Parts: sequence; structure tokens; C-alpha cells
Amino acid sequence: MFARTVTWWTVLRISVEERLVYRGDFALSTLMRFLPIVTQIFLWWAVFSAAESVEPGGGATRIVGYAYHDFVAYYLLTMISRAFSSMPGLASGICRDIREGTVKKYLVQPIDMLSFLLLYRIAHKLVYYAVAAAPFALVFYLCRGFFPAGWPEPQTLLAYAASLLMAFLLGFFLEATIGMIGFWFLEVSSLLFVYMLFSFFCSGHMFPIDMLPGVWGELVRLIPLQYLAYFPAAVFLGKVQGPELIAGLWIQFGWVVFFIAASRVAFTLGVRRYSGFGG
Amino acid sequence: MRARPSYLRVLLTFARNSLVRDMTFRGNFLIETFSSMSWVIMNLGFYVLVFQHTPRLGAVTDWGEYAFSWGKYEFFLFLSTTLVINSLVQTLFMENASEFSELIRTGKLDFALLKPIDTQFLISLQRVQWASLGNLAVGVGLAGYSLFRLGWTPTAAQVGLYLLFVACGVAIMYSLMIALAATSIWLGRNQSLYDFWFYITNFSRYPMEIYHGPLGTPLRMFFTFIIPVMIVVNVPARFLIRPLVPQTVSDLALPAFAILATIVSLVASRYLFQRSLLSYRSASS
Repeated sequence: MFARTVTWWTVLRISVEERLVYRGDFALSTLMRFLPIVTQIFLWWAVFSAAESVEPGGGATRIVGYAYHDFVAYYLLTMISRAFSSMPGLASGICRDIREGTVKKYLVQPIDMLSFLLLYRIAHKLVYYAVAAAPFALVFYLCRGFFPAGWPEPQTLLAYAASLLMAFLLGFFLEATIGMIGFWFLEVSSLLFVYMLFSFFCSGHMFPIDMLPGVWGELVRLIPLQYLAYFPAAVFLGKVQGPELIAGLWIQFGWVVFFIAASRVAFTLGVRRYSGFGG
Repeated sequence: MRARPSYLRVLLTFARNSLVRDMTFRGNFLIETFSSMSWVIMNLGFYVLVFQHTPRLGAVTDWGEYAFSWGKYEFFLFLSTTLVINSLVQTLFMENASEFSELIRTGKLDFALLKPIDTQFLISLQRVQWASLGNLAVGVGLAGYSLFRLGWTPTAAQVGLYLLFVACGVAIMYSLMIALAATSIWLGRNQSLYDFWFYITNFSRYPMEIYHGPLGTPLRMFFTFIIPVMIVVNVPARFLIRPLVPQTVSDLALPAFAILATIVSLVASRYLFQRSLLSYRSASS
């Protein structure tokens, strides 16, 4: 048990150090990532000023329950959600390992692939938060006007933290499960692209999913993608409250458990199919 | 043997070779076409949603000189222009530019430098990505549909000017891309090239009128006069949407500036590219 802990600790430490090598580039690219929000701010201003001129609401115009500042706040908050839930290169990395045969190293070494990748990801995320904290704080400070209600209540904040943490786990295991498809198909880059597309659209990264009308909205609420970006942001903004909030957190938890199991099953089945050649 | 290669024939050969290559993996080609088209269609879906909640983009009042607000189908015409320009850039240059930083990292640029043809030409057009033309079709289709819904038939002069300024737009985008790619010689590796490109060109994707106010005006100025991405789509789109009679000073000044910006961008990026080649030190062996 002790030896194992030491192993995992070493993995975590090495990953952290590896990641810190490029910290300058990192902080800069984090700041750059907020640029698209600038265009969104102006786009929604144009939308709201037009809606206002058609139906004067004295500056209180709302679109699907969102005031102008809510929209901007929403986009800023999805950046935080995505900082937890996005897993760049996870699924494609697993597929590449399978295709090129490097997945063998997990099979012959006494290291579990999913745990290793999870630790590696945690290390990356920890470094990311350490480096990205400053740019994030700067942007949120400059944009504090878009949060007229200020900080939410402690309970809401607690729920928000829980939803973010689960967003990370869900993002990891969901993508890992998708990566396992590599055991069955050799070339999956276009499949991953389509997933990324759906994720961008249905997770609420592009717009709050409340905007989807009728059956589309219900459909998107049924699939787990909304917990990657929309749900934590909605919790913070107080869009989901009381019993609805509790239920939402439980459903998110359910999806996390589901994908932990699914990734395990897919890995076990995949390894059974896998045949490594050469060396 | 001719001293100077025929650039047109080389270009056609590049195009043919790429097509042969794409057609070898036909399934992959189709998937690529459809996946990039579905991205476009999803984006379109977003704007359809937006226009369910507002009839126009931007109120006409108190916008002064830039008073022009975009209705649904006017905006879709704008969007189709974005699609046309972006798909042309992607088809012709995108793959090559990202390949370029790879050439530098691996040292394979040596081979390009040795060939008896202009290096910039060679590395910019080597590979034509035919799959991206699907988006061009979507763009043209969307433009046709929007014009039909607007009940608006552009004159031949309008179409001619539109095509001219689309070409200018493509040239400006290309200059920006090649300038960004050239920086990878200095930086050794430029993985975030595509990101950077995406973030900058993001500003070309909306009508410039939406940028106004204490923050918007400087932004509009910056992305018009310093990095001219905002005129890339705005200028051609305007020719298609408004009658050809100039209504404000900017209706005349902006296209004139677009021509100037195209020339300056091309020359400047060419200069930057040549300068960066001087710093190339090759890699490995």
C-alpha cells in the first residue's frame, strides 16, 4: 500500500514538473482564451440593444430569463467550468497509444492506465490553476460589473465547488471512455471531432442551453454534456436552486459513476481484443 | 530547361496531386467534408436561435456614422461571406501554414529551400485541402437563400465588386497566416499558431458596427487599421447587401482602404517571411 502511494506520488510530482516548464506560454495562452468572450460581449450588446429598441423595457430586457449582464457572466463562468472539465488530447492520446502500440507499457508495467492518466491530468490541472489563477482573477476583476449580485451564498458556493469537481471527473471519464473506441476503430480523429462539436454545442459552452426551444432543450438536458459547462455556471448564477439543485448534483454524480464504470468495462473489453505487434 | 518554372502549372499540379491523394481515401474525405460542414451548420443554428429573440443586430439609434443594423437575412449574407472567405483560406493555405512550423521543427524546410522555385509560393500552396470546399458550397447556398428571402437581386457590378473584395479578404487572411507561420522560425515551434489565428480572426466574424462605445471603438480601430481583419468580411458583405450608391463617407473610404490594406499586408508579410528565412538554422541533419 505504501509503495503504491509512493509510486502515485512520484507520477504526480513528475507530471507537475513537466507541466511547469512552459509556464510563461501557458499564462499567455490562458489570457488569450478570453478574447472570444470580448466578441460575445459585443454581440449580446447588439442583440439586447435591438431587442430594447423594439420593446422598450427600461433596460430590464430579458432573453430566456437572462439579462445582458447575466449573459456575459454566463460566458465568463463557462470558462471556469471548461477549465475543470475540458481534457485536451485525452481521448486522442489514448487512441494514439492504442494505434501505435504504446498502450503496451500499461499492460506490462504494474500501473493501471486509467489511474495513471487521471493523476497525470490532476497534475496538469493543478499547475494550470496555479498559473491561470492570475489571468482569471484579472479578467473577473475587470468584469466584476457583470456580476451585480456579487458573490452567491455559501451554500450555493459549496454546491458550485461540488459541481466543478464533478465536472472534472465527468470530463475525464467521459473522454477516456470515448478514447477506448480506439480499441475497435483505428482512425477516430473525425469521430472525436464530431464529439467535440456536440460537446461545444450541447454543453452550453457556445450559449446557455435555456435558449434551445421545446424538444431540443429537453433532449440536451437528458444527456450528460450539460454538466461539463452549463450546470456549474447555472448553479453559480442561481438559475438552479433548492430541490432542483440537489437533484442536479445527484444526476451529475450518477453520470460520473456511470462513466467510471463504462471506461473500466471498455478498457477491459478493449484489452481483450487488443493485439500488440513488434516491440 | 527553362530558368523560371511556370507557377501556374506547378499550382495546378499541386491541386491535382492533392485531389488524387484525397480521392485515395474517399471515405475519409467525405467524413472530413461532412464534419466541417456540421460545424458550420451548428454555428448557423446558434444564429437562428439568436434571431428568435431579436429581429435585428444593433439598434439604429445613436450609432452616428456607423448607423446600420443587421436584420436576420442581412446578417446571414454577412455570415455566408465569412464562410466563403474562411473556406477559401482553409482550402488553400491552412494546412500548408500549419505544416510549415512542422517543417521548421524537423528541419525539412531544407528541401523546400533547395527547390528552384519561390519558397513562399511552394510552402503556401503545396497542399490543397479539397474537403474544405464543402463549406464554400454551404456559404454560396446560404447567400442565395438569404438574397431570395430578402427579395434582393444584386447587379453584375455588385457581384463583381463582391468577388474582388472577397479576394482581398482572402489575401489579408493569408498574409496574417503566413506572418504568424513565419514567427515559428524565431520561436522554434509554434503550436499555438492555430489558436492565435482563431482568436484574431474571431474579430472578423461579426459586423463591425457592433463594436462601439469606449471599449468597442478602439477595438474596431485596432482591428481595422493595425491588424485589418475587420474589413475582411465587412467590406465585401456590404457590397452585396446595400445598394451600390454610397450613403456615407465610410462607404467609399472603407473599400479604398481595403485595397490599400491588402497590398500592404501582402508586402509586409512577404518581407517578414523573407526575413524569417534568413534566421533559419535547419535542424538535426
